[in-house]
Amino acid sequence: MQYKKVKGPLAPGWYFMQGDEACAEGALAAGCRFYAGYPITPASEIMIRMVHRLPELGGAFIQMEDEIGSISAVIGAAWAGAKAMTATSGPGLSLMIEALGYAVITETPCLIVDVQRAGPSTGQATRPAQGDMMMVKWGAHGDNEIVALSPWSVQEMYDLTVKAFNFSERFRVPTFLLADEAVGHLRETLVIQEEVEVFDRVKIPGKPPFGTEEVNGVPSMPAFGEGANLLVTGSTHDPWGFRKTQDSVVQARLTERLIRKIRDFKSEVIETDSHLLEDAEIGVVAYGFTARAALAAVKTLRKQGVKAGLLRLVSIWPFADEAVAALGKRCRKIFVPEMNRGQIAGELAKFTPTPVIPLPKTNGEVIEPAEIVEGIRRNQ
Amino acid sequence: MNQIIYEMINDQAFPTPFCPGCGHGILMNAVLRAFAELEWDLKNTLFVSGIGCAAWIPSPHFKADTLHTLHGRAIAYATGAKLFNPGLKIMVISGDGDLSSIGGNHLIHAARRNMDMTVVCANNSIYGMTGGQVASTTPLGSLTTTTPKGNLERPFDLCRLAEAAGATFVARHPVATPIPLTRTLKKAITHKGFSFVEVLSPCPTQYGRRNAFRSAFEMIQGLKSTCVSVEKAKGMSDEELAGKVVVGEFVS
Amino acid sequence: MKESVGKKKKTAAIHLNKKWCKGCYICLEVCPKKVFEKSPEVSEKGFQPVIVAHPELCTSCLQCEMLCPDLAINVEKGE
Repeated sequence: MQYKKVKGPLAPGWYFMQGDEACAEGALAAGCRFYAGYPITPASEIMIRMVHRLPELGGAFIQMEDEIGSISAVIGAAWAGAKAMTATSGPGLSLMIEALGYAVITETPCLIVDVQRAGPSTGQATRPAQGDMMMVKWGAHGDNEIVALSPWSVQEMYDLTVKAFNFSERFRVPTFLLADEAVGHLRETLVIQEEVEVFDRVKIPGKPPFGTEEVNGVPSMPAFGEGANLLVTGSTHDPWGFRKTQDSVVQARLTERLIRKIRDFKSEVIETDSHLLEDAEIGVVAYGFTARAALAAVKTLRKQGVKAGLLRLVSIWPFADEAVAALGKRCRKIFVPEMNRGQIAGELAKFTPTPVIPLPKTNGEVIEPAEIVEGIRRNQ
Repeated sequence: MNQIIYEMINDQAFPTPFCPGCGHGILMNAVLRAFAELEWDLKNTLFVSGIGCAAWIPSPHFKADTLHTLHGRAIAYATGAKLFNPGLKIMVISGDGDLSSIGGNHLIHAARRNMDMTVVCANNSIYGMTGGQVASTTPLGSLTTTTPKGNLERPFDLCRLAEAAGATFVARHPVATPIPLTRTLKKAITHKGFSFVEVLSPCPTQYGRRNAFRSAFEMIQGLKSTCVSVEKAKGMSDEELAGKVVVGEFVS
Repeated sequence: MKESVGKKKKTAAIHLNKKWCKGCYICLEVCPKKVFEKSPEVSEKGFQPVIVAHPELCTSCLQCEMLCPDLAINVEKGE
């Protein structure tokens, strides 16, 4: 595949940054040169970093009048050729959902960072949560296959942003970085390498931009101003972009390809991180900031003689179904601590008959290792 | 007809899906004529539209880059494309409800920013595609499917709205007078900054039939008699202007 | 055909695309010289288009061409 190494804009070395800042730098390293956004706690710092950095790198920035304007401008810029992004939190993402569906059907690469906060609705703006896990997959009407990654450190706020951009270009799909207020506002050291591996969208002159001969292909993507006479539309369309709102063959082919172009290649995206799983009898599945506490909990449990192990989900969508099934075969119970009422726990249950016990916490505070240990000991 | 016009369209998309006598077809004609008379190379021109009958004017009929977006959002998508590639000439063509109702916020902010783009608002005073519901531009008293006893709400004056928001070129013409319309469109296209052209474009099917117009031609006639130029209006009293619509270039 | 004294006028040629015409009759009503009439036939799309009944009367005012919503009329101006 067309990955290539490029020199990032920052000098290599150790840095001490806030998670939101690291996310912005990761985006710039991946080649992002367009940002449109709207202020919202706890994601505004990403926007502030971008307003300073983008002009230094010849990019464009605009604070739009609302989140709908922001995601719209991102999609418009993507079709003008940009690697484009926005960052928001739950309430803003709710406003972007219609545009998300538009990006899916037009196969527009772009990145949406969701620094999750306690909800629902206005909720607790400055408090962490992991409540939007299902929303990014099922929020837009119709069937959507998207890519979502969940960082657990400032390092991953950088690295996974690069990966998310790459997946958006590789699959021509909107991708998500599902961060949370805790990792977004956390300050930690991270290492920035001299080079990053990036993927640029494939452009083949003369090829149709909205269809492929393969049932699961990703089409070529020209930009405006190249003489391609692009017909970009959110209506169902044929491979050249002509609206086909009465054609059932076109609708069937399009809806299937939009799903399969990612699902059939999910092994390229799915990433998990295993700790102490080799002989584990009790499995813990966690992601994002909560996984830090889960790792500490698992180590504590081991000291207490419980054979616990952690499966950390780095990618959330497409879902790591095989890893979960394998875990279920090894363990007699699986615990899922998360800062929501059991969104990912419910998903796990689809892929393993092993009992899945959710450990939800939605008081606006991060989950602590002792809470996970207690939850597991009580339900062993 | 300027032969260039036929080179600027996708033949396979014709005949158009518009109703017989649709004002938007006449507007499409005028827009193409304006670009043809300017000898404009469409390669760097991007047409952006929302949802509704007017949004189908450029998409898929124009042989150029077209971006058919979501209801009300054309101007926001256009803003992103323009900022990343300032070399693109942007024309937004969309309807009155799309641009001033659901899309009102994006309209006033782009005007405020004086974004370099031309917005052509095809105003048929109704939501036509969905069967004829009242719009933010429907005259008081008009019959629509959601105002079966007559519209009780006052309509926008879109030109005053655009001007107040900061647009630096503002004009209004009916499709009934295609020559001044084309002339104004050419000025709007070459204007640097936010240009707004409201085009009174009748809908014989959803508005006309419900409000006692018996044909598309009657609506064209009606526009000719109610529209009064800015220059002429200066010399008219308030009584003489009652029921009239002032047209021409207001800000340029 | 009308002739000026001593000169032969070139009449306008009006090309009508019957496949695109939807029979809205704006051209028919707006033409100051009544060049158009309704066709007795129905097109394949189910419309009753116009026909160019009296091209010799055309003054090349172009109102029909400019007001046609379907780009179905193309007038080659006469002298």
